[in-house]
Amino acid sequence: MDALLLSRIQFAANISFHILFPTISIALGWWLVFFRWRWVRTRDDRWLLAWRYWTKIFALTFAMGVVSGITMSFQFGTNWPGYMERVGNIAGPLLGYEVLTAFFLEATFLGVMLFGAERVSERVHLLASFLVAFGTTLSAFWILSLNSWMQTPTGFEVVNGEFHVRSWLEVVFNPSFPYRLTHMLLASGLTVSFLLAGATALRVLRGTASPAAPLVMRAALTVAAVLVPLQILAGDAHGLNTLQHQPQKIAAIEGVWHTERGAPLVLFGLPDEAAQTTHHAIEIPRLASLILTHDADGEIRGLSEFAGQHPPVAPLFWGFRVMVGVGMLMLAVSWVGWWQLRRVQWQPQRLPRWQLQSLRWMGFSGWVATLAGWYVTEIGRQPYIVFGQLLTRDVVASVPASHVALTLTGYLLVYALLLSAYVMVLRYMSEKPLTSPAQGVHA
Amino acid sequence: MNPAQWTEPMAGTAGMTGDWLPVAFMALMGLAMLIYVVLDGYDLGVGMWMARANADERDVMVASIGPFWDANETWLVLGVGLLLIAFPKAQGVVLGALYLPVALMLLGLTLRGVAFDFRVKARDGHKALWNRAFIAGSALASLSQGWMLGRYITGFAEGVWPTAFAGLIALSLSAAYLLLGAGWLIIKTEGALQQRAVGWGKAVWPVVVVGIGLISVATPLVSPAVRARWFAMPDFIALLPIPLVTLGALLAARAVLNSRLVLDRLSALPFFATVLVCVMAGIGLAYSLFPYVVMDRLTVWQAASAHASLQAIGLGAAITVPAILGYTVFSYRVFRGKASALSYG
Repeated sequence: MDALLLSRIQFAANISFHILFPTISIALGWWLVFFRWRWVRTRDDRWLLAWRYWTKIFALTFAMGVVSGITMSFQFGTNWPGYMERVGNIAGPLLGYEVLTAFFLEATFLGVMLFGAERVSERVHLLASFLVAFGTTLSAFWILSLNSWMQTPTGFEVVNGEFHVRSWLEVVFNPSFPYRLTHMLLASGLTVSFLLAGATALRVLRGTASPAAPLVMRAALTVAAVLVPLQILAGDAHGLNTLQHQPQKIAAIEGVWHTERGAPLVLFGLPDEAAQTTHHAIEIPRLASLILTHDADGEIRGLSEFAGQHPPVAPLFWGFRVMVGVGMLMLAVSWVGWWQLRRVQWQPQRLPRWQLQSLRWMGFSGWVATLAGWYVTEIGRQPYIVFGQLLTRDVVASVPASHVALTLTGYLLVYALLLSAYVMVLRYMSEKPLTSPAQGVHA
Repeated sequence: MNPAQWTEPMAGTAGMTGDWLPVAFMALMGLAMLIYVVLDGYDLGVGMWMARANADERDVMVASIGPFWDANETWLVLGVGLLLIAFPKAQGVVLGALYLPVALMLLGLTLRGVAFDFRVKARDGHKALWNRAFIAGSALASLSQGWMLGRYITGFAEGVWPTAFAGLIALSLSAAYLLLGAGWLIIKTEGALQQRAVGWGKAVWPVVVVGIGLISVATPLVSPAVRARWFAMPDFIALLPIPLVTLGALLAARAVLNSRLVLDRLSALPFFATVLVCVMAGIGLAYSLFPYVVMDRLTVWQAASAHASLQAIGLGAAITVPAILGYTVFSYRVFRGKASALSYG
């Protein structure tokens, strides 16, 4: 393999590993503000129990996000120097603002939030928790702005091969940014709702549930049941936006090989890029046109119009179906779960076993959907690094392939180790009995 | 990449010598790196000293750095971030030449960062393993940072002497981190652990002194550019305060480490004396390098981003950096005093 492919795999491995943790910490930060605020308002110690337990998980998650994020920032320079050389005038300030406005804020106040409750007033502590959550969200704002600009670049001009800013407003609020930001924040909210519900279900099944279980389960399922339909709407709007700006990405997702009117929705099938056809396709007539153009006879441009400039079809086709499939499962599980929980007076201990099991196994479903979605959008940008403007292969470093192979192997080993340690520790923390509030205190 | 293209004037870019913005960004990047070395230096040093501590002491040592390490490490992100965003034409040269040591440093920082949490949250049987990861990660990060600094100073020159020089800086920087770590523990701990920290400080002090001495002799030898800059009259006289202050700070640290006052009234002095040494080293390095971002190859003006982009970041930095410094001081004030076992609450 050449250094380009190895560098791409390395960056993909790194960013896939990284995104797992911000996906949790963005929304979990707000959940912690909520738990803490409920405790301050009601003095019901169960909220404090929930806060303590999930704060520990937040700290661990945040640390995983920080170390993998630092790795990524260095990889820009070590593996993709051409990116900053060409696009640095635009990407630089966006990344700079992320570090300056978000990273320091969250990292500094995290210390106060985690360890400072007895050293500052209740109000300052709540403010610190708020600033941590605000910081993680602000960080998402900047990085998604940059990512969206790479998908739908606007507000720039190219002089001697270098990108220059013409309008910061157009750069930051580029066409796909509002959709992508909304989609990702909702994804984070859903991921955490299902994690909260899943971990609580596991504790109930293991007989180690804390007194906070009913509160957490009710809140988590309620939020999940509300967010799933919102996410479906946001996803639809995002798709329409993509159709407008990146039609080849949609064509690959839907498996539309040739431009057609009244395109069917392919539920499943085996896309074959060489033969330009989808084998064994199960289709619903006209539905793709209806969804994407809101007209059953609407035209969808096919891949053949973009020869040599469209992304690989199979990963997009499958990634999209995994994401949507998990989303549908989430809809079913959250709505049925909420309904059942209401029937048993919000007491998760009285939920049927199958219900608890289904919630438990959905605990990390948000990760699956989020990764699948990111694969669709990022692989969907190829062969460009900045869509329509700059090819990925033109910015890669001239590092020997053997060096990249060596570091890639190292990263994969470390990430496999850390990911299994993270999941094992979460499980272990769920199974450890929590008998008194005091026991929850010490890290 | 063709070096000639860097010097070609480009429309709309800050290629002109004399523009002050790139210089300001070089200063900001240097400041971020210096703050990083001091702040993460002490917590990496504490991490390495854990190899010598027992289980209870280790918990207190981690507690002494727990609320800070995350933010400390963010200064590295800012430092490398400024390299990426303000000097896009230098970042590929610097980070490309340091490809493998960067990966090793990241491995070290990763292990150290996650071990913080895993060592208290994993099963008891795994705690020893995560402690080892913590210590090894701290040492690996320190050594690779020193190695990279050494390679950077020589402009990535190849050969036996530049390599030996990088090795020397790797050991010296790690020794400096150990001295910072011992100084930090003297401030933040009490009783037996504090006394052990004094002993650790005394043990590593001569290594730091010898390291600085060797670097002072070796740098002009491996780098003709540095030699030319430091040993011309009258610059040499003007520069004399740098070695003199360094020497004074080192001697003061030693005198206090030898005295009983280090346990209470002057407990902060060894740490801050070491900080002063780092500041002097930073100033010396800046003087040796300027105006180059990559020694003898790329000046700050040649490597800089477009003027408009620097202005955009500069505006943000002018507002946020004072705020960051402000709430950093706030956080250190919240956690002032001796460290006790960490508890969430």
